[in-house]
Amino acid sequence: MMTYKEIREKLQNKKVGIAGVGGLGSNCAVSLVRVGVRRLVLADFDIVDESNLNRQFYFYDQIGMKKVKALADNLYRINPYLELTIFDKKLTPVELLANYSDCDVMIEAFDDSREKQMLIETMQDKFPNMPLIVGSGMAGWGESNDIKITKYDNIYICGDSISEVSEELPPLGPRVGIVANMQANQAIELLLGKMNEYGDNFK
Amino acid sequence: MEITLNNRTEFLDLDNLTVNELLKVKNFTFKMLVIKINGRLIKKDQYNDAHIKDGDNVMVMHLISGG
Repeated sequence: MMTYKEIREKLQNKKVGIAGVGGLGSNCAVSLVRVGVRRLVLADFDIVDESNLNRQFYFYDQIGMKKVKALADNLYRINPYLELTIFDKKLTPVELLANYSDCDVMIEAFDDSREKQMLIETMQDKFPNMPLIVGSGMAGWGESNDIKITKYDNIYICGDSISEVSEELPPLGPRVGIVANMQANQAIELLLGKMNEYGDNFK
Repeated sequence: MEITLNNRTEFLDLDNLTVNELLKVKNFTFKMLVIKINGRLIKKDQYNDAHIKDGDNVMVMHLISGG
């Protein structure tokens, strides 16, 4: 176990990469910053659209803004002492390798499954020791207990692994938020160590 | 032969098969996959050439859209 002060001290020099700042990335970033992560690398090419407000951490008056800029504004309102590196561009393999190489842990927060696959293959190929926390399967509503983390070596896949986003099964705040926070929680566990390893009082 | 597939022991009638053959045998129908054999990444263009042997540790992850 650790006090909150110890937790913040341990997290303050860790660097977390987040690729994509839509429903998963924006909520995950907020959660990480609230716990005490100070150094983040954020990238996205998109702008805030009204349809994003059902799940993404943006506000009505930010519609039309670049997502990375809007998210940076929101994160600085939680903690003005952050060290954010932001990229307003689409992430290709070259961009991923150039900008995320020194992260302690990386969060995959894309929408499209092809992009998710591209990120995992690119990062595992060049940085096989960097833990990757991936979101897969979070469309729709309810069925909270189906959302879980499956571990494949140092790749952690969060979601129900089944519910794909479609016209009839849109992504909605609660389930996307659960997965985003599960990704944040896994990142924190990797950065701090398992909470039970800090003492017997927890058992 | 006996392999470990996604952290579970699996018995297969064949002694040697490619990644594509394994996907067919196990009925993996998801399109977006990431595959590792003994911790080594196997990219899509290698699915026909990469062989799985007795004792191998195979991981097949599938990715679906949404985020």
